[in-house]
Amino acid sequence: MEKPFAITLDVGSSRANKTGAWRTQRPVYTDLLPPCSDACPAGEQVQQWLYHAEEGGYERAWRQIMSDNPFPAIMGRVCYRPCETACNRGRLDEAVGINSVERFLGDEAIRQGWTVPVEAASSGRHVLVVGAGPAGLAAAYHLRLLGHRVTVRDSGSKPGGMMRYGIPVYRLPRDVLDAEIQRIVDMGVTLELGTTVRDAAEAMAADGFDAVFLAVGAHIGQRTYIPAGDSARIMDAVSVLRGMEDEDLPLLGRRVAVYGGGNTALDVARTAKRLGATDPIVVYRRSRERMPAHDFEVAEAIEEGVRMNWLSTVAHADAGTITVERMELDESGYPQPTGEFDELGADALVLAIGQVSDLSVVDGVPGVHVADAVVEVDRTMMTGHQGIFAGGDMVPAERTVTTAVGHGKLAARNIDAWLRHRRYAEPDRAELADYDRLNPWYFSDAPKQHRPRLDAARRASTFDEVVSGLDESTALFEARRCMSCGNCFECDNCYGVCPDNAIRKLGPGQRYEIDYDYCKGCNLCVAECPAGAISVLPERS
Amino acid sequence: MAVQQIKFYQTGSFVVGNRLLSPEQRAVQADPGRANALTCGHRACQGCGEALGARYVVDTALRAASNKVIAVNATGCLEVFSTPYPETSWQLPWLHSLFGNAAAVATGVAAAQRVKHRDDVRVLAQGGDGGTVDIGFACLSGMFERNDDVLYVCYDNEAYMNTGVQRSGATPPAARTATTQAVGSDPGNLFGQGKNVPLIALAHEIPYVATATVAELRDLEAKVQYAMSLRGARYLHVLVPCPLGWGSDSSETIRLARLAKESGLFPVFEAERGEITGVSKIRRQVPVEEYLQPQRRYAHLFGPSPRPEVVARLQARADRNIERFGLIDDEVDN
Repeated sequence: MEKPFAITLDVGSSRANKTGAWRTQRPVYTDLLPPCSDACPAGEQVQQWLYHAEEGGYERAWRQIMSDNPFPAIMGRVCYRPCETACNRGRLDEAVGINSVERFLGDEAIRQGWTVPVEAASSGRHVLVVGAGPAGLAAAYHLRLLGHRVTVRDSGSKPGGMMRYGIPVYRLPRDVLDAEIQRIVDMGVTLELGTTVRDAAEAMAADGFDAVFLAVGAHIGQRTYIPAGDSARIMDAVSVLRGMEDEDLPLLGRRVAVYGGGNTALDVARTAKRLGATDPIVVYRRSRERMPAHDFEVAEAIEEGVRMNWLSTVAHADAGTITVERMELDESGYPQPTGEFDELGADALVLAIGQVSDLSVVDGVPGVHVADAVVEVDRTMMTGHQGIFAGGDMVPAERTVTTAVGHGKLAARNIDAWLRHRRYAEPDRAELADYDRLNPWYFSDAPKQHRPRLDAARRASTFDEVVSGLDESTALFEARRCMSCGNCFECDNCYGVCPDNAIRKLGPGQRYEIDYDYCKGCNLCVAECPAGAISVLPERS
Repeated sequence: MAVQQIKFYQTGSFVVGNRLLSPEQRAVQADPGRANALTCGHRACQGCGEALGARYVVDTALRAASNKVIAVNATGCLEVFSTPYPETSWQLPWLHSLFGNAAAVATGVAAAQRVKHRDDVRVLAQGGDGGTVDIGFACLSGMFERNDDVLYVCYDNEAYMNTGVQRSGATPPAARTATTQAVGSDPGNLFGQGKNVPLIALAHEIPYVATATVAELRDLEAKVQYAMSLRGARYLHVLVPCPLGWGSDSSETIRLARLAKESGLFPVFEAERGEITGVSKIRRQVPVEEYLQPQRRYAHLFGPSPRPEVVARLQARADRNIERFGLIDDEVDN
């Protein structure tokens, strides 16, 4: 080619100049563990299902939940939401209403009749699950998905365990409970109700089960000695709540005192209010800050007219009246008696000071150890007896529905591995996505969509559900408040801010790729990634 | 503002794209088919704000003019790092003549297009603050006065970076450069000197004047698009942080541009025919320290012998901008 005057070289593109050689640090895309997923006792991949929900993929989102937890609609009502406590958005404005979105998805699934197919080949193994509560049913569900035959036995006349006999109707309507349990039964789980298993090892041998999962819960109300007159009416919380499922509702009277500071105490007080008590009062020996009950339960109870008597113990109970002693906290936070007494009018005193398990099912089973009224299990949820696993409230752990569901899943995966002579390896946990990794500048201010709550006056007299759900548009809005901590959500920021065009966009759902031929390692993409999903590694020399 | 704020889509319109938005709601820079007018392999420093700003501007101009754009470049970093003989990073017709005559050359290119009746071919002139504020100023003012059909874009990194960080007419007060050392009673660049070319352009009452930063891509793209819809002399002044000259980390380029605007030191506004028509409100106001401290060119204001009275004078400049341009109002649009 003829070149102009004084020109000796052909024109070329700067693409020949591989500026990647300048790099001393290398940005890499990562998927970190968001705090919500980290905090979930059932091991839900919260950020991942929110990601699907954000784009309206409700069924995909629901299926993502179902891979860990068979009860989205129940969770969306009764879970104490450790995910929301951990949510990084709480540091920006308010935590994402994860629980509301889960409930929307769960309700949508019931409306649409979505089901989960059993695709695994039949293993030919048969597992006995004792107890049809959250742990037992979750285990049954996961064991079915893994190809095993499952029989669930429960001494109650209806399935659900504490979800039915412990959680009041105004928090968990029974049609929702029934729908989610029925979905598990429809997967081919055999449910034998009104059947009490007396000896786990014997049942395993007698009926030819290959493994057993025990999840009998904790249904016995703990008692404490309270000096009482002959005609004092003292009941325990578990019996009161269980009685709500009977035809004859418990007779509590007009003035009801509840002794205890946990969620159960509040459930009883709120139930009493709905049964017509004018003046339910909760007596607790420590202060509100030290109450084990969750804040929102306390707040809802107070709104409904439940009175709180913090820093007091019940000293004496008589017909129509109880005597409480005022307490004060010492330096280490323990309540100490003051010697000052008050009288409270009370037709009934309900004790809500904890529950214990009926562990007769493992009495005399060789190898099973019981300590502090709970059954010891190893990391695989197996008791000391080969093939007998246990979970839920009967093992040492936090006693919540969600924890129980997590136990059911973990036990099912370990039972599956044990039956197949393998070892279940829990997936590695990625590094936690801290708030400090995020670039919060990019998130629009968007306050949380509070679920409408029933008017306090109305709910105090009825058992209608207190908290109602979000509609589709608000659930979608709420899902979109997720900051996708530590996981790419395809905002194109890295692709846009690279001064060297060294990022390739791979198309919807495919994310991006860094072209290390040209990436100079300036780390602008790292700094400007809203989600903190790009990490910096030192460049190999 | 010309930019429509999209709310409630997780990140609204603050990010470049977002999969939840329809393609027309995303920035030009989100498009996998964007022109990449300034392609890979250019020799700009790591984290160069000017390389970023130039691609943002030229890609948007190309889209607005159906890819029929001729660019004229002043001497400066942008020219040097993009075209070391015989390579070029430019993927559009591109001319370079002298340091000071980009506006005049662009005028000539525009005249040639007029003679050829090619009103579909648009002319873009671009330069750094040195080639615009100082050396090319006479040509630029002439171009404004004649209302030539050129969009002139100044990428302002506030000094002559290419030749070793010497002071320009756009260098802010107190900043240390090679020619304004941090010594004596008034360390760094002097207060009360320098030129505000956006306001000088405004005084020419040309069809369109705007300022922008590389931190607000949507705003920048909207301004380029709007400028391209007009004819006559148009001026766009883009703040482009320079890790080398400012002494900042390469990953901080966009954050610093954001802080320059959020502190009030760099007012972002647009004007038509001498009247200001819009300002970009401050979203989360920060004290000027937050902007100054990460930059080594201001290190002498902090550290062992701090100069709070100088920082206070800079804060007063920011406050004056906030007052003068109305950068804060009660209802901040988030």
